[in-house]
Amino acid sequence: MSRSLKKGPQVDPKLLKKIAAVRASGRKEVIKTWRRSSQISPEFVGMTLGIHNGRTFIQVYITENMVGHRLGEFSPTRVFRHHGAHTERSLSKT
Amino acid sequence: MARIVGIEIPNNKRVEVGLTYIFGIGHSCARRILKATSISPDIRVKDLTEDQINKLTQELQRNYRVEGDLKREITSSIKRLQEISAYRGVRHKRGLPVRGQRTHTNARTRKGPRKTVGVIRSKEQRSAVKAGDKGGKK
Repeated sequence: MSRSLKKGPQVDPKLLKKIAAVRASGRKEVIKTWRRSSQISPEFVGMTLGIHNGRTFIQVYITENMVGHRLGEFSPTRVFRHHGAHTERSLSKT
Repeated sequence: MARIVGIEIPNNKRVEVGLTYIFGIGHSCARRILKATSISPDIRVKDLTEDQINKLTQELQRNYRVEGDLKREITSSIKRLQEISAYRGVRHKRGLPVRGQRTHTNARTRKGPRKTVGVIRSKEQRSAVKAGDKGGKK
């Protein structure tokens, strides 16, 4: 079920404030955030955010296409290397 | 045999069913269309009058996206997800389920036929592993 339109998009207010501040200062600055559930509003476009994935901040440059998605969608929390790493390792030892 | 929206030639089934042969039209859509055009869902497709067919075609062209257009829309939205490298786009690229289903088992529709992975095939290798690292492999 999708979110009620009445409520509007769920954008973290603190993050918005920070973005406005960085934008006003005119510096290109990476804003670190833990708010993975915050939606991307049009004000975000052109900013670079460091989105926490549980370990590090993944830098994501926000483009117009990303508006409406959630921040967490761009910062994967799991890394799949490959299968068979275990046997490979034990094989190389011998 | 009637031609509705270009190439679609549903057979001598009821219109309600015949319409679902169009890509992008399911049962509920078909029923909605028939209601909007006030055609009985029980008529066979071959019994449709010229006038009714025109009405259906008009309704479809005005309010629905079907066939090639719809397919194009789908691929373009998948491409968009992949370009912005959203999680869903990544799943599409990898050919894994997109909507959070489990992949430990099942997910065969997306993953295709089973491929065995990470096994040691030849006997020599197996014994080499055993000799080298007892606790290594569970």
